[in-house]
Amino acid sequence: MRNWKEIILTIAIRASGYSAILFVGLIFIFLLTEGLPTLREVPLADLLGQRWYPIEAYFGLLPLLGGTLIVTLGAALLAMPIGIGTAIYVAEVAPRSLREVLKPFIEVMAGVPSVVLGFLGMLVLAPYLRVNFDLPTGLSALSGALLLAAISIPTIVSVAEDALDAVPRSYRDAALALGATRWQIIWRVTLPAARSGVLTAVMLGIGRAIGETMTVMMVTGNAAVVPKGLGALFSPARTMTATIAAEMGEVATDSTHYHVLFFIGIVLFLISLAINVTASSVVFRSRKRAERILS
Amino acid sequence: MIVRIFLIHLLLALCLAGCGRAESAEAEADAIQTTLTNKGSDTMVNLALAWAEEYQSLHPEVQVSVTGGGSGTGITALANNTVDIANASRAIKAEEIEAMQANGIDPVEFVVARDAIAIIVHLNNPIEHLTLEQISDIYSGKYNNWKEVGGEDRPIVRLSRETNSGTHVYFLEEVLRLGDSDSNTLFSPDTLLLPSSEGITAEVRDNPNAIGYDGLGYVTPDVKVVGVAAEPGGEYIYPSAETVNNQSYPIARDLYMYTAGEPQDVEKDYLTWILSAEAQAIVKELGFVPIATP
Repeated sequence: MRNWKEIILTIAIRASGYSAILFVGLIFIFLLTEGLPTLREVPLADLLGQRWYPIEAYFGLLPLLGGTLIVTLGAALLAMPIGIGTAIYVAEVAPRSLREVLKPFIEVMAGVPSVVLGFLGMLVLAPYLRVNFDLPTGLSALSGALLLAAISIPTIVSVAEDALDAVPRSYRDAALALGATRWQIIWRVTLPAARSGVLTAVMLGIGRAIGETMTVMMVTGNAAVVPKGLGALFSPARTMTATIAAEMGEVATDSTHYHVLFFIGIVLFLISLAINVTASSVVFRSRKRAERILS
Repeated sequence: MIVRIFLIHLLLALCLAGCGRAESAEAEADAIQTTLTNKGSDTMVNLALAWAEEYQSLHPEVQVSVTGGGSGTGITALANNTVDIANASRAIKAEEIEAMQANGIDPVEFVVARDAIAIIVHLNNPIEHLTLEQISDIYSGKYNNWKEVGGEDRPIVRLSRETNSGTHVYFLEEVLRLGDSDSNTLFSPDTLLLPSSEGITAEVRDNPNAIGYDGLGYVTPDVKVVGVAAEPGGEYIYPSAETVNNQSYPIARDLYMYTAGEPQDVEKDYLTWILSAEAQAIVKELGFVPIATP
């Protein structure tokens, strides 16, 4: 009887494990069938054009790619130091009692709906930035980056803090016994030991930022301009996700525009795949090195 | 306990709703005697749907089915006798009338509503009026500072609806290209495309650099509406139900419905109702301009 249960459970768990792979595969196949006709319908030179204006058949993807890149990079550069710093504070510095309060608060922040943040951004953040940075308009890549940072920080803090907390007490004790200061312990012992977890946290955070749609659509102004230099952070931008969300609703099925929107989906999929593969290869390599040293 | 009471209520409500629907559906099936088909302009689709829904609730024995596809599609369908009423956001062309008469159909025209676009700026912007040409040059990127059109030394921030909005296309054709179908002027790439009218109003309300456009029905009192002249040196007209109805405001168009021959019976009743004050109130709700009812 027990044996049967065991077998069924094993099968169920294995099935749910494989189903994740299956679903990702199916989604990718769907994206390919809907998106690849683009390459037949639109010349590659047009896809690499500087102008996105689909109703007149301008399908240049560069402004959208640039928009996503500048907004996501801005968000990552802001969220990474703040997120990891907060995680270190909560895990290593803050007294236990404060930690009990801080952790749930941060996790609640992760649950704020992005449309609420977008609304705040549109009515409060954008006007504030326009006045204080003397910008033509506050609906800019900067507003998008700030809000995306706010969205990804709770994820980063929560996951990174768990990783830091999982570093065995004995590591810290050993470092302390060797006469290390608290800063040296954090920088040279705990953080490297928790490296793979912290890196996963950052990747999850960036993943959240790159896929975020609603907030970005509300605050970045959605102007399809190819970013040139750092100044682009302070001007409006149009991301790939916002483009898909704004245009998919009205597009005629199986038109060129429809296929191009799915093609953008493929590009997004490949970008996040590349981020994940890079991250896991970095984690893998560092672990191998650690194992070599230990052996 | 509270949860359980809530669940019971929910179940009851669902059950009642389910039963109610089943009964009324049966009753409807018995009562429907006539179906009106209504096809055409995408700009008018929401308006036509709202009218159809309201009319069906007043006359359960009539079913009105509405589809879009574009003004041309609607008129062609009318010529082929596959639709009862065609919607069009432009007047029927001479060759379309000829094609219909060749099929033995005489189209009858009804102006059912009007569509006007207001140009809006911040309340503190000293600009009071612009010519169509100036607006076109602002949106195409030729003018980038308000002082080039007689305003303050400020950058111009252009706001537009997303490309999927009918208003966007109309603005492109009639304002940016000044109605010239051969022109291929485009919006300046740095035009901000906002997903909603509310987004445009919010930004114009707050930002003294901004210029935007919106259906007249969506304009709120906390933005400034600019007077528009069709020609340089012409009279500046402010949009209102009156100037739109006497056709002096340049960025406005009539919305039409066409029937094959003089409408009879239900068709006639439907069109008469559409021109009534009650149906014209729906026009206003959807951001269009009601026609002056006699």
